[in-house]
Amino acid sequence: MHNKTLAELAAGLKAKTFSSEELTRHFLGRIERFDPKLNSFVTTTAEGALAQARAADASIAGGEVGPLLGIPYAHKDIFCTDGVRTSCGSKMLDNFIAPYNATVTSKLLAAGAVMLGKTNMDEFAMGSSNETSFYGPVKNPWNLDVVPGGSSGGSAAAVAARLAPAATGTDTGGSIRQPAALCNLTGIKPTYGRVSRYGMIAFASSLDQAGPMTRTAEDAAIMLGAMAGFDARDSTSIDRPVDDYRAALGNSLKGLKVGLPKEYFGEGLDPAVGAVVQTAIDELKKLGAEPVEITLPNTGLAVPTYYVVAPAECSSNLSRFDGVRFGYRCENPKDLEDLYKRSRGEGFGPEVKRRIMIGTYALSAGYYDAYYLKAQQVRHLIADDFKQAFEKVDVILGPTSPTVAFKIGEKFNDPVTMYLSDIYTIAVNLAGLPGMSIPAGFAHDLPVGLQLIGNYFDEARLLNVAHQYQQVSDWHQRSPAGFE
Amino acid sequence: MALDSSTVEKIAHLARLGIDAKDVPEYARNLSDIFAFVEQLNAVDCSGVVPMAHPMEASQRLREDVVTEQNLRDKFQAHAPKVEVGLYLVPKVIE
Repeated sequence: MHNKTLAELAAGLKAKTFSSEELTRHFLGRIERFDPKLNSFVTTTAEGALAQARAADASIAGGEVGPLLGIPYAHKDIFCTDGVRTSCGSKMLDNFIAPYNATVTSKLLAAGAVMLGKTNMDEFAMGSSNETSFYGPVKNPWNLDVVPGGSSGGSAAAVAARLAPAATGTDTGGSIRQPAALCNLTGIKPTYGRVSRYGMIAFASSLDQAGPMTRTAEDAAIMLGAMAGFDARDSTSIDRPVDDYRAALGNSLKGLKVGLPKEYFGEGLDPAVGAVVQTAIDELKKLGAEPVEITLPNTGLAVPTYYVVAPAECSSNLSRFDGVRFGYRCENPKDLEDLYKRSRGEGFGPEVKRRIMIGTYALSAGYYDAYYLKAQQVRHLIADDFKQAFEKVDVILGPTSPTVAFKIGEKFNDPVTMYLSDIYTIAVNLAGLPGMSIPAGFAHDLPVGLQLIGNYFDEARLLNVAHQYQQVSDWHQRSPAGFE
Repeated sequence: MALDSSTVEKIAHLARLGIDAKDVPEYARNLSDIFAFVEQLNAVDCSGVVPMAHPMEASQRLREDVVTEQNLRDKFQAHAPKVEVGLYLVPKVIE
C-alpha cells in the first residue's frame, strides 16, 4: 500500500479495496518500525489519526468522494494544529499545544485527510540540513550519513521512506525544493500569496509559503489544490480563484519555451549534478520543449540579499517569544529583563540566535538604509531579471541544488557555506515566484533535483511540465533500500 | 566588516537575547563572516531603484472595523507559563 500514489490510494478507498483505517494503521506501523532510524517525526498522533480515518470511512460508506478523503499525510511541525503540540523544531515551543488550526491544517482536515503526525524540521525553519532542530538531525533515507536537506527535512525523509504518502512543507529560501531534491521527491513552492500563512509559524513573512511534498507531480497537484486559496486571515493572501491543477497535467509540451539561465550552470555546480540536469533537458526536448539560453544577471546577489531580508523579518517575528504568554520560560527570573533574556537565550538554538542578531543589527539605528533598504532595492533588481526572462520563455529550468546531499556535520559550523547551498532556490522566494523540484536522476548514488520556475500563478504549468516529464522517466518511482 | 565582542553584546541586549560570555567570540566570528559576505551588496548601484515591498505590488487589505474573533482568553492562557485571575504574571516591575 505504501508504494501507491495519492491518486491510486483514493481509487483503492473508493473501490473499498482497503479502508482508511487499514491504510492509516499501515503507515502508523511503518513509522513505528522505521522512524527510529530517521527521526523524521517529532510527534505522532495515532489516536487522532485513527479517529479521522474512521470518520473518513463513514463518509466514504455514505457515498462521499474526495481526492484526499481518508488519505494519510504528515504535517510539518510549523503549522498550528489545535490540541496538538506544535514545536517548530524549537525548545522554545516544546511545551506549546496550539490552541487553534492553521488555515492549511483546517483545509486538509475539511478535505478529509488523515494527519499521521508532525514532522521534524530545522528550528523555526532556519536551516538547509535539518541539523538545527531541537529534536536532533533527520537522516536521509537514501544514506543515513547524509542530511535530508531542510528546513522541511522531516517531511522529505518521511515521504521518501514511504512512512507517509505525502507531506506538507514550507519554503522561505528553498525549504520545500531543496529537501525534495535531496530525497528524490516532487515539491512545489507556490506563488507568494497563493497558500494562506495564517497559523503557519512565521520566519520571514515576505518570503514564507507553504506547499506539498509528494512523490509525483499529479499528487502535488492534488495536495496543492486542497491547500491553496484566498484567506481573509492572511493579509498578504491574494484573492484569485485556484486553478484546476489536475486538469492541466495532460497538456503537450510542444513549443514550450524553456529558459536555461547561464548563471545556474556555472561555477559552484557539481559537474555530476549538471550532467544529470542536461540529460533531463534532452528528455524534455524530445517532448517538444525548446530550450532557450537566458541570463539572470543578479543571481549572485540573491543569497546576500536574502541574508539581510530574512534575518531582519525573523528578528521582528521572533520578538513575540518573550516567556510571558506561551512557550518556554526560564527558572526564577530576577527581573523582567532577566526573564526575557534568559527565556530567549535558553529557548533558542545557536542558528536562530545568529539570525535574530543579524536582523537586529541590520534594522538598528544608523544601519537600516545600508542593509535593509539596500537589500530591498537589490531584491527589486532580482525580480526584474525574472520579469524580463518571462517575456521570452514559459518556464525556467536548472538544478535545484548545486550538489547532492552532504554529510551530517559537514557544513554545520560554517554558516556562509551552508547558506550557499540554497543559491538556486533563494532568488525565487525574493521574487515571490512559484518554483518546483522534481527527481531527475542520481549522482554519487544520491538523488538530483531539477528545478522548474514559473511566472506568477503559473503553478498549473509547472505541474504540467513535471507530470509530462514523469510520463517518460521513472526517477520519481525509485525508492531507497531498507524501507521495503 | 568585523564585529567585536562588545558589538555582539550590544546587539544581543537590543534583541533581549541572553548569550553565554564564553560563546561571544564565536558569535563575533560567525556574524563577521556573514556581514562580510553581505557586504557585496554595497557595490551594486541602486540609484532610482524602488525598494520592493511586495512581489505583486499588492497593498495591505483593510477590513471592516468590527469584532470578528471570539474571546478565547481562558483557552489561550491555559498554556501560559504563569497566570492569575486572567492576568499574565511577570517579575515585579515597579518597586
